[in-house]
Amino acid sequence: MNNKKHDMISLVEKMPAFPRSVHRVLELTSDINCNPKDLIEVIEHDPVLILKILKLVNSAYFGLSQPITSINHAVVYIGINTVKNLALSTATIGVLPRKNEAGFDMDAFLLHSLSTATVARLFARKLKVKDRDPFDFFLSGLLHDFGKIVFAHFMPHEFHKALSMAKEKAMHLYEAENEIFDIDHAQVGSLLGEKWQLPSNIIEPLRGHHCQDGNRSVLTEVVNAANQISKELKMGHSGENIIEKIPDEITALFGTDIDGIVGALGDVKAEIDKAMLFIKI
Amino acid sequence: MKITFRGVRGSIPSPGPNTVRYGGNTTSIELETDDGRIIILDAGTGIYPLGQNLLKQMPLKCSIFITHTHWDHIQGLPFFVPLFVPKNEISIYGAFDPVFDRSIKDVLNRQMEYCYFPVREAELKADIQYNTLRERQTIEIGATKITPILMNHPVLNFGYRIESNGKSLFFTGDNEPLFNIYGPDDDYYLEYEVLIANKNRMLADFIKGVDILIADAAYTSQEYPARKGWGHGTFDSCIALAKEAGAKDLYLTHHEPLRSDNDLDNIYSRLQEQYSSVQGIPQYTIASEGLEVRL
Repeated sequence: MNNKKHDMISLVEKMPAFPRSVHRVLELTSDINCNPKDLIEVIEHDPVLILKILKLVNSAYFGLSQPITSINHAVVYIGINTVKNLALSTATIGVLPRKNEAGFDMDAFLLHSLSTATVARLFARKLKVKDRDPFDFFLSGLLHDFGKIVFAHFMPHEFHKALSMAKEKAMHLYEAENEIFDIDHAQVGSLLGEKWQLPSNIIEPLRGHHCQDGNRSVLTEVVNAANQISKELKMGHSGENIIEKIPDEITALFGTDIDGIVGALGDVKAEIDKAMLFIKI
Repeated sequence: MKITFRGVRGSIPSPGPNTVRYGGNTTSIELETDDGRIIILDAGTGIYPLGQNLLKQMPLKCSIFITHTHWDHIQGLPFFVPLFVPKNEISIYGAFDPVFDRSIKDVLNRQMEYCYFPVREAELKADIQYNTLRERQTIEIGATKITPILMNHPVLNFGYRIESNGKSLFFTGDNEPLFNIYGPDDDYYLEYEVLIANKNRMLADFIKGVDILIADAAYTSQEYPARKGWGHGTFDSCIALAKEAGAKDLYLTHHEPLRSDNDLDNIYSRLQEQYSSVQGIPQYTIASEGLEVRL
């Protein structure tokens, strides 16, 4: 499995982005007067595009004193034209097929990722987290299940088995993944993050968003909570059928249950709809 | 150190009766250090006459630092005759291409492919070393230290700080001051302002106190709005940068191809009027081909 794991992670370099954002990137970049804001919005709402750009700017080629986690920062640092061409080079690889042999619905996955990201950012605003940029919360939510699209795209037959096993045995998908791949999506996501030198605070929620114990950062707890809220609201689907308990620390902060937390966060559905607008065809 | 401007034009060579005084060759700057090392900044068409001049110093050892690989900064390289002569040792440095993941060697060699040039890179007789630089990686050439930093241009562009025998110089390559892409009503406006301020501070610290700043002053402030985002600075933005960084002397370069000698003279007169009563402005000169500066 180790070699296979390694190969799979190398393959991600050539992984295409989601159809809607590829379409938007091709459309926007065909116009010489393309508005940089529009392009940034599309990149920020596609887990593949954003991961590839952050991978580059955080690589050893650049003498950054601190890691970059936002596309705006990447644009200030390497310039809009380089970011544009990076997005275009990913867009020209093709698109992540909407349907795959794993039977994994990529549209539903993207909606789950975006809704988790949006809810995580609402948490950040509500909690007024001072030492972290709200965008770190959005990014961690957007990327938390990245490992699943790696499975679906590169190992669809095995992933199909994991999805079926989780459903039939009413177990967590990550448990089924561990049985079949000997690794789960959280580990794949964090391995990618490490290989691509993403900042450690972003890698932690990728690795730990299903973890119930240990010292977790606020970011990890929030992503965990946002993940459950996204499932509760049925905003997309990522193959996981079990809604876990909201972390105690989050429940304690709000002093209420999941419904109360959703209420306290504001108009969650409207925010998610807004997020979806950016990648609409 | 002796600095000689071998090409001061931007975009495309501009020979003709209107450019005889400031020159028509594209960017190339020759540095001769106090310990006799030859360091060349950029390989625009100005590197061709420089190459002719260096023929009398064979066998030659020199280093070429490329700010970025747009045509006007590399087009003279295949015509740099010392590359064809055995026993010459030439080191070439530059940034990597992040979009196609290519080294500086791969990027430069493309312009010597069959369709573009009759001699392949592999046929060049000099001993050529290519070095893809990382930002802030310092290269030592004799007693001289050269360190790159990323500037703002539509391709990765390194500005180079050169320290030699107690003197210092910074060349921006092509550079446009950062501007906010968001409007004041946008969510990201303030965040972007902070990012710009941080990057500007980092750059000013990097340039701080240089004896000579050579900067991209392609446009006048009046021309700039129609060319915003094209990756170039203005005379005013260069003067502001020099002032902020505390540079002692500023050389303005990358002249527009259609800018005549008289236009440049007129711009200089206007700058003198504009800045005559402003405190803390460094010495400034509009660079011309063949201009030599001793540092």
